[in-house]
Amino acid sequence: MMLPSHLNSMRAQVEAIARAAGLDFYETIFEVLSFQEINMVAAYGGFPSRYPHWRFGMEYEELSKGYAYGLQRIYEMVINNDPCYAYLLDSNADVDQKLVMAHVYAHCDFFKNNRFFEKTNRHMMDEMANHATRIRRYVDKAGYEEVERFVDVCLSIEDLVDPYQPERPPRLPLAGKEEEPVRPGEMPARKEYMRPYINPPEELERLGEELKKKREAAVKFPLRPERDLLLFLMEHAPIEEWRRDVLSIVREESYYYAPQRQTKIMNEGWASFWHSRIMTTKALKDSEVIDYADHHSGTVAMAGGRLNPYKIGLELFRDIEQRWNRGQFGKDYEECDDLAARRTWDLKLGAGMRKIFEVRALYNDVNFIDEFLTEDFCRAHKLFTFGYDEDSNNWVIKSRQFDDIKRQLLFNLTNFGNPIVAAEDGNFRNRGELLLMHRYEGMDLRLDWARDTLQNINSVWKRPVHIFTMLNGRNTLLSFDGTGHSDKEMEKPA
Amino acid sequence: MALNIESDYGRFRRIVRGKIRENLRKYMTHGELIGKKGKDVVSIPLPQIEIPRFRFSPKQQGGVGQGDGEEGSPLAPGEGEAGGHKAGNAPGQHILEVEMKIEELAEILGEELQLPRIQPKGKHKIESLRARYTSISRTGPETLRHFKRTYREALKRQIASGSYDWEFPVIIPVKEDVRYRSGRPQKLLMSNAVIFYIMDVSGSMGDEQKEIVRIESFWIDAWLRVHYPGLETRYIVHDAEAHEVNREQFFTIRESGGTMISSAYKLLREIVAREYSPEEWNVYGFQFSDGENWGDEDNSLCISLLKDDILPHLNLFCYGQVSSHYGDGDYIKVIESGLPGFDNVALSRIENKDAIYDSIREFLGKGK
Repeated sequence: MMLPSHLNSMRAQVEAIARAAGLDFYETIFEVLSFQEINMVAAYGGFPSRYPHWRFGMEYEELSKGYAYGLQRIYEMVINNDPCYAYLLDSNADVDQKLVMAHVYAHCDFFKNNRFFEKTNRHMMDEMANHATRIRRYVDKAGYEEVERFVDVCLSIEDLVDPYQPERPPRLPLAGKEEEPVRPGEMPARKEYMRPYINPPEELERLGEELKKKREAAVKFPLRPERDLLLFLMEHAPIEEWRRDVLSIVREESYYYAPQRQTKIMNEGWASFWHSRIMTTKALKDSEVIDYADHHSGTVAMAGGRLNPYKIGLELFRDIEQRWNRGQFGKDYEECDDLAARRTWDLKLGAGMRKIFEVRALYNDVNFIDEFLTEDFCRAHKLFTFGYDEDSNNWVIKSRQFDDIKRQLLFNLTNFGNPIVAAEDGNFRNRGELLLMHRYEGMDLRLDWARDTLQNINSVWKRPVHIFTMLNGRNTLLSFDGTGHSDKEMEKPA
Repeated sequence: MALNIESDYGRFRRIVRGKIRENLRKYMTHGELIGKKGKDVVSIPLPQIEIPRFRFSPKQQGGVGQGDGEEGSPLAPGEGEAGGHKAGNAPGQHILEVEMKIEELAEILGEELQLPRIQPKGKHKIESLRARYTSISRTGPETLRHFKRTYREALKRQIASGSYDWEFPVIIPVKEDVRYRSGRPQKLLMSNAVIFYIMDVSGSMGDEQKEIVRIESFWIDAWLRVHYPGLETRYIVHDAEAHEVNREQFFTIRESGGTMISSAYKLLREIVAREYSPEEWNVYGFQFSDGENWGDEDNSLCISLLKDDILPHLNLFCYGQVSSHYGDGDYIKVIESGLPGFDNVALSRIENKDAIYDSIREFLGKGK
């Protein structure tokens, strides 16, 4: 349903305020949906047209049960696309709709200007529908269950992509390409009749053999460890064309969502920063103050000791704005250890607004936290790290030290808090086996899942698949050879 | 909008129930949402299937949180390996005291079950739709105006806009303030149906058999109570004699002795004739036994009782026979051969506990 007129005039007002404040976004199309509809759209990751898969049904069940029991509701959804699409819940009160619109425009600004979104497909609406059509076609050809099984396999490795190198097309031709013939270089011969003397044919042949042997010994691919396992499999795995295409579909969608996962704190913080700025300085009517405050505090509330990305992001942006307005950065400030002086430090720079716009364009969560999380901030917001304590079988507060908090937070954000795994060798042991390497950083893999994932990769690669990791302090090679699992201790392969 | 959520949802439900893609079920986690219903904390079952990926071992993973507390103070109990990964990045989320509601379990069990052949009968059946007002909406008929909520909205608005006068605290609601009760009409099927449970408690029924019977009748009973509120239930136990007992006794009673199934049928006939006229009542019977009856004489008496006095008045008669160490009893064959042409009889053999679910489906499965 398109916007009714009173919401549309509200939208025009909010849009004008947002543009005047310097936000820069694609045209944004709002639609009003009922809660069933918004739950459906949310289950499909924001897109009305997706390929068939049971996990969307699972999402839907969770969302609708949560809604039915009043545990959660989705006020709004916004899709990174040109034009942006935003969905509003029809039962929102008017003041909520206004807040949500301001929130949405800030998200759209973030999508358009943050550099990690630079490479995302801005016509994803069409692309997703296209993917759905392709997969339905494969369903007609290969059968529902066959395709679904393969999609499950792809999803098992969907996050094995390289978020810093999106949009690399596969190197064509794909698997099964012809090798170039091997030719040894000839010595230059000034006269044609001298050539057989300077380059005796039997010597050339010998050199050729030698080169050929050398090249065979060096059939190591990939040349560098490849984090984009989906791409690697597309290029090298011996699979039918339709499976290759399903891999590419899953990969493309994974890359589309990656920047949103990379900038969760910033994106929500930015949107919350702007909805609160726009509402409190411009758009709010007196009679709406209480409802606004109620809703806003609900959004940024910290519940049960968990970190709320909306809240952390919002407060960090406010903190940055204030620090750059007052010049609380740089050598002089850092080296000042007079607490009172630090607190009242004010160079009246007024650079805060410019700084936060710069931050929203250039950072992602990892370097955002790395650079702008301060000790003062951790103290003011009572941050702590937690971990599992075996003695008491409890999750406990581990530390309130700034360094610990920052290290833990960065660790959880790096690669979305997942293990970093790369394809190391596609011709392991010179037997066409696949070796993956887990970059070990002190935490073991979850063993049962790792085994099943290996099994899934094996069903694509067809030859035995291994992952080199560390278990209980020992270098271990987990393997699946197509029939059974094994793990053995071994030195790191060269 | 082209949305196919119904088919994806159906597919997911079938996987959860183990109908298709059996190998996926090992990734199923029996998650839950913790909700509130009035004062009760309820746990809403939320089965999820997690596709295996390369992930960190949950217990080695930590995180960052926010709030009060000393270093070392506990946040949440660690869970066993099974559900452990859920706790991985969200301690403090779990609630200790969780009530699992029987109704909800029954609902999972019974998504595809139905009481067959239920017919509108009797004078109690005046309303089949009943509205339950469980939420608040901004529109609605004046008769459903929620005075307190309306007052609160008006108060909020007047305070916010500054028109509230502490000296003269008059609240005048305007159109936008008015709130209404709203709800969905719920189907109130038949208030006048009665279910009879008959259980053989004779000596030949071992503890295991009795347990199977109790589990099965418990689930049938739980499920029926959820879906057909206002249902009446009666419980009959028998060895060589039959007694009527209450629900609690039925699920706990221990007796032993010989077996005369006819005694239970006579009691059933008597109660139906006295209290449940078939013109006004939907009557259902569930009987459980190990099939060992006292001789052919009683068997033929049973058949004639069923044929002449019981089956004509019952919507459905279900007989479940539990296998015992002595092998299968004969009674199920007696019914099979003795009652041709009655389509309101359902028979089921229950070999062990695992067969209970299938047996319930044979009794109440849709399309019966």
